[in-house]
Amino acid sequence: MFVSTGKKLIEICTQKNIPIWEYTIQEEIEKSESSRQTVTDKMKTTLHVMMSSSTYAQENEVHSVSGLIGGDAYKIKHYADNKNTLTGEFMNRAMARALSSSEVNAAMGRIAACPTAGSCGILPAVVLSAGEKLNKTEDELTNALFTAAGVGIIIAKNATLSGAEGGCQAECGSAAAMASAAVVEMMGGTPGQALSAAAIVIKNILGLVCDPVAGLVEVPCAKRNIAGTVSALTTADLVMSGVYSKIPFDDVVRAMYKVGRQMPPELRETALGGVAITPAGLKYKKEIFKD
Amino acid sequence: MRNFSVFDIIGPIMIGPSSSHTAGAARLAKVAASIAGGRIKRVEFLLHGSFSETYKGHGTDKALAAGILDMEPWDENIKNSLETAEEKGIEIVFTPADLGDVHPNTVRFIITKDDGSVSMITGSSIGGGNILIFDIDGQAVEFTGERPTLLTRYRDLPGVISKISSILYEENINIANMRVYRNEKGKMANMTLETDSIITEDAMNKIRKITEIDNVKFINPIVEGVL
Repeated sequence: MFVSTGKKLIEICTQKNIPIWEYTIQEEIEKSESSRQTVTDKMKTTLHVMMSSSTYAQENEVHSVSGLIGGDAYKIKHYADNKNTLTGEFMNRAMARALSSSEVNAAMGRIAACPTAGSCGILPAVVLSAGEKLNKTEDELTNALFTAAGVGIIIAKNATLSGAEGGCQAECGSAAAMASAAVVEMMGGTPGQALSAAAIVIKNILGLVCDPVAGLVEVPCAKRNIAGTVSALTTADLVMSGVYSKIPFDDVVRAMYKVGRQMPPELRETALGGVAITPAGLKYKKEIFKD
Repeated sequence: MRNFSVFDIIGPIMIGPSSSHTAGAARLAKVAASIAGGRIKRVEFLLHGSFSETYKGHGTDKALAAGILDMEPWDENIKNSLETAEEKGIEIVFTPADLGDVHPNTVRFIITKDDGSVSMITGSSIGGGNILIFDIDGQAVEFTGERPTLLTRYRDLPGVISKISSILYEENINIANMRVYRNEKGKMANMTLETDSIITEDAMNKIRKITEIDNVKFINPIVEGVL
């Protein structure tokens, strides 16, 4: 059975001298009683869905079913191509990728929930952007998704991945933590460094509420996928420089869960608080559901 | 503590925007259509709670119609399902309803078939694309569709369950979960039985021949296959 804490995960990986992704693959083979090929092929299929969702809305202006969001990934893509950006082509392309998946999702296109549909832009954007920069192979990108899944399993066991239960910190926060850990391993970091990155990402988003305008997975969700992507990428660099989280991953995950439970229901996906009930938020809601 | 698969965390592969309001809705409707069986002429969807309040923005209506058309939750044609249903001459009606003290994402399917018979199936989308069917034609049931499922209505006499389980045993099919429901002793009873492996055609035919069985349905799980 998959270990229940980050501490155990680091211990077992260190002892066997394997990365998190290898441990995660081995556990999945055992749990699903399938071959290594079957398990990695399934993840590769997921990777292909991610490649497509993170590209499509950069090349085509995609609009959501409600009409609330759309066309922004296309804008960022063209801005990134200008090369006159402040944070560089790499970061702008990553932002465009994140938004592309979120826009495709809101337009009833095909995505891979990771861990949820609302946060589906972060992991593809982070892993594919880092992979492109570091010239990683498709197999290495697939491995990165296993690192992310391993970290996600521990969060799911000790906290929650659902916005209705834990707020946006549980969805976009977990997605960004998983993604950052994946990139750290991709860059040659240790399992301890990977979880340090995950811890830092969650600390920096701790307390973020889930307040979808009109109850739809669009505003502010799509742009929070961008924020999570940027945080995951910068934190990977931070950790690879030698900085580590003073608060261990397991403590941070427990804190995140507690904070989620302390949030009033209004701030947990019910669309009864936060930006959902601002004058603009309510106006959008009225326009969408007017009939 | 639940033993998660990596694909519970990264996945499902689905059509957005919402695993509960879109992917789960498509899955519910697909299972409901397969329970009803036969050619469908009309479906009225009674939408409860969050389903009734936000179904348009989440595309729940399109996902439900897609499921009735037997589309998979990851089929990119879901967004055109209402038009497809119209082309196929299937009447689709959405009605907001109060279904009582049930999960906020609940829908009741009133399915009319070509032969005029009506099936009523109620289920909830319980999160992450997972579903629970809990009422078929007024009879309480409980199954998730994650495993191969046998649904049967039979005369409540001694030995029926043993006949079914013997047939499954002969085919080396392990029973994962079994529930029996009846309103009155000796009258008609319902059973839902979930298995670990696909129920073979042979086993289905043998089970269909059991004399006490009034009707039996086999629901296979919706598993991500070729995209």
